[in-house]
Amino acid sequence: MTVLLWGALPYIVFVLLVTGLLWRYHYDQFGWTTRSSEVYESKLLAVASPMFHYGILFVLAGHIMGLFVPASWTNALGLGEHAYHLLSLYGGGAAGLLAIAGILMLVYRRRTNAPVFRATTANDKLMYVFLLGAIAAGLVAKFTHSTPSHGYDYRTTIAPWARSLFTLSPDTALMAEAPLAYRVHAVIGMVLFALIPFTRLVHMFSAPLQYLFRPYIVYRARDPRRLGARPKEPRGWERVDT
Amino acid sequence: MRVMAQIAMVMNLDKCIGCHTCSVTCKETWTNRKGMEYVWFNNVETRPGQGYPRRYEDQEKWRGGWVLNKRGHLALKQGGRIRRLATIFSNPVLPTIKDYYEPWTYDYRDLTNAPLGDDFPVAAPRSLISGKPMKIEWSSNWDDDLGGAPEHGGSDPVVTKLRDEIGHRIAFAFEETFMFYLPRICEHCLNPACGASCPSGAIYKREEDGIVLVDQDRCRGWRQCVTGCPYKKVYFNHRTGKAEKCTLCYPRVEVGLPTVCSETCVGRLRYLGVVLYDADRVTAAASVPDEKDLYEAQLDCFLDPDDPEVARAAERDGVPHDWIEAARRSPVRALISTYRVALPLHPEYRTLPMVWYIPPLSPVVEALTETGFDGEDAGNLFGAIDALRIPLEYLAELFTAGDTRPVRASLERLAAMRAFMRDVNLGREPDTSGVLAAGLTPETTEDMYRLLAVAKYEDRYVIPTAAAGDARRLEESALPDECSLDQAGGPGAYEHGPFGDDSGRTSLPLVTLENFHLLSRRQRSDKQEDL
Repeated sequence: MTVLLWGALPYIVFVLLVTGLLWRYHYDQFGWTTRSSEVYESKLLAVASPMFHYGILFVLAGHIMGLFVPASWTNALGLGEHAYHLLSLYGGGAAGLLAIAGILMLVYRRRTNAPVFRATTANDKLMYVFLLGAIAAGLVAKFTHSTPSHGYDYRTTIAPWARSLFTLSPDTALMAEAPLAYRVHAVIGMVLFALIPFTRLVHMFSAPLQYLFRPYIVYRARDPRRLGARPKEPRGWERVDT
Repeated sequence: MRVMAQIAMVMNLDKCIGCHTCSVTCKETWTNRKGMEYVWFNNVETRPGQGYPRRYEDQEKWRGGWVLNKRGHLALKQGGRIRRLATIFSNPVLPTIKDYYEPWTYDYRDLTNAPLGDDFPVAAPRSLISGKPMKIEWSSNWDDDLGGAPEHGGSDPVVTKLRDEIGHRIAFAFEETFMFYLPRICEHCLNPACGASCPSGAIYKREEDGIVLVDQDRCRGWRQCVTGCPYKKVYFNHRTGKAEKCTLCYPRVEVGLPTVCSETCVGRLRYLGVVLYDADRVTAAASVPDEKDLYEAQLDCFLDPDDPEVARAAERDGVPHDWIEAARRSPVRALISTYRVALPLHPEYRTLPMVWYIPPLSPVVEALTETGFDGEDAGNLFGAIDALRIPLEYLAELFTAGDTRPVRASLERLAAMRAFMRDVNLGREPDTSGVLAAGLTPETTEDMYRLLAVAKYEDRYVIPTAAAGDARRLEESALPDECSLDQAGGPGAYEHGPFGDDSGRTSLPLVTLENFHLLSRRQRSDKQEDL
């Protein structure tokens, strides 16, 4: 079990994530969208959506810092273990609370607003279970293993395991001794990553940062091959006879 | 000078009877799908009126189009790039479905399935958004023909602006009121704010014909374009999560056919043709400091295809020869640049729109005749223009950012043409003083009359095909580039892709465009046997 969860699952998730993204990019450009429901309801969304998205972005930044930046590097910057713990507890905790408050409001909105609920697919519901589960499990793990003076130091167990994944020699024993709450959080999180390409979460990979650098007006030449008979490629127009 | 070609449209508002045929045929063609129930690529608004979506012209609320920033440079009114990416998770100025209207259908099943009883069964309205029974309170044409004007008339942003800024009150009392129709499609702007605000770069302007399109595969549903477009002509398909907009019927235009709205226009008021413009002048024209100069600035962008230097530059920049030829015969160029009767819609948005309008004169003639004067006498007409039932100021707010001079000049030319042609038609010696004063000559007046009043099909639509080299492939009767058994339903067609109906590579049915030559012969012919 230890080998399966901490030695095999991360690689399965990685393969699913990468091949899933490639598959979706190739086959389903048309379905690659945020599927925004803002036209149905905007008042609650205006508060909840930025809360969740900014929260989750800070959480992501925190995870990258916690898992992939070795403690020796932050120590070298003069950020001691206790200071790092406080940053992780208060900064990370705040971001996590922001994200979970946002997503709870979003789920509430999705359930109570009839048009939004009608536009919710089974795929969305599955995704919400894992997204909400991952955030909640993460917060539980953090807050049940921390006090302001002392907290569980995942930078001696989980982070080295995460970095050992890159060298293709995962140190599964390190993870096996981590507290249960952290392990649950890690599993849900990994499943969530595997789901990304197959759900609406895929829109995170089209974050439009290139917009900052391109000219305002886009000119494009007509593709001469597109004249006349339409090319054989998947299109989203629904069939008339259905 | 960088010459580019653009397919542009002019609408003659004098002829619009508000029948909504263009809207209906457009909807049947393009937006009769789920998620698009509320979408009208073409809509006809009664002015004064709120328009569609409601009060879309109020840019202080909707933040569409461009403004000049402190340094005098063009900037999107909704904010800079960083600011808009920061608010991408919830667009603060996106119209919601209520600002358009909640589309509905009727529960017709009750009519046949209701149990026998004392009451007649009714088909109750049901929302197409929530699926629940709903109360119908607004729709795309709720204020059609000034319906509810005493109550809603003051909500027209132009009416509000006239009242607040120049103290001109628009009357809504029945005896004093006026109205005209304003059909609207996407403006296919030279400086499109929708494309500029698209974070994904999915909205592009085609180099060959200037049509502004949304790449459905690249759109990621960020919804910035809906806010960016000051005309609110980019819509969000709430089912697919992608933006969609008027395509200027590019599959038809590519084969030389007019758009569906033009083709089916009962009043024959739409004109389509090529305009050549200098792409290097666009930014400067859109950034002139005074809004009232935008009309002239845009006119200065347009190039004269009869000028040999322009023709040479056009050849150099890859404009096909038949397009230059079409630009010379373009009815749109004639109405915009030669006769100067057509005006742009809301140039103050700085997008340099390419669907222009000939302001309505007819109500003047009517009003004059009612008072016992000769409504088509040049002297009477000229005097009456300032006392129009449709106030000049109202038209100027729509077409010239408030400058009444170009509107008056356009109406004077139309009035002069009427008076002159009446003399011609009655066999009298025409009085040329009116047309000369309006800046026309007797010859150009007759040409203009032919274009505006006779308006033959081939005069109204001068559309070069996409590319002469591809012409053979463009007709469906020509050799298809695939086996004819491969089309949908044919024996060679795939049933499903590996991942379900819409996935994988399936072929679409060939679109049946009525044979091009057959259709054009039928439409242009005066002979019975061709019809």
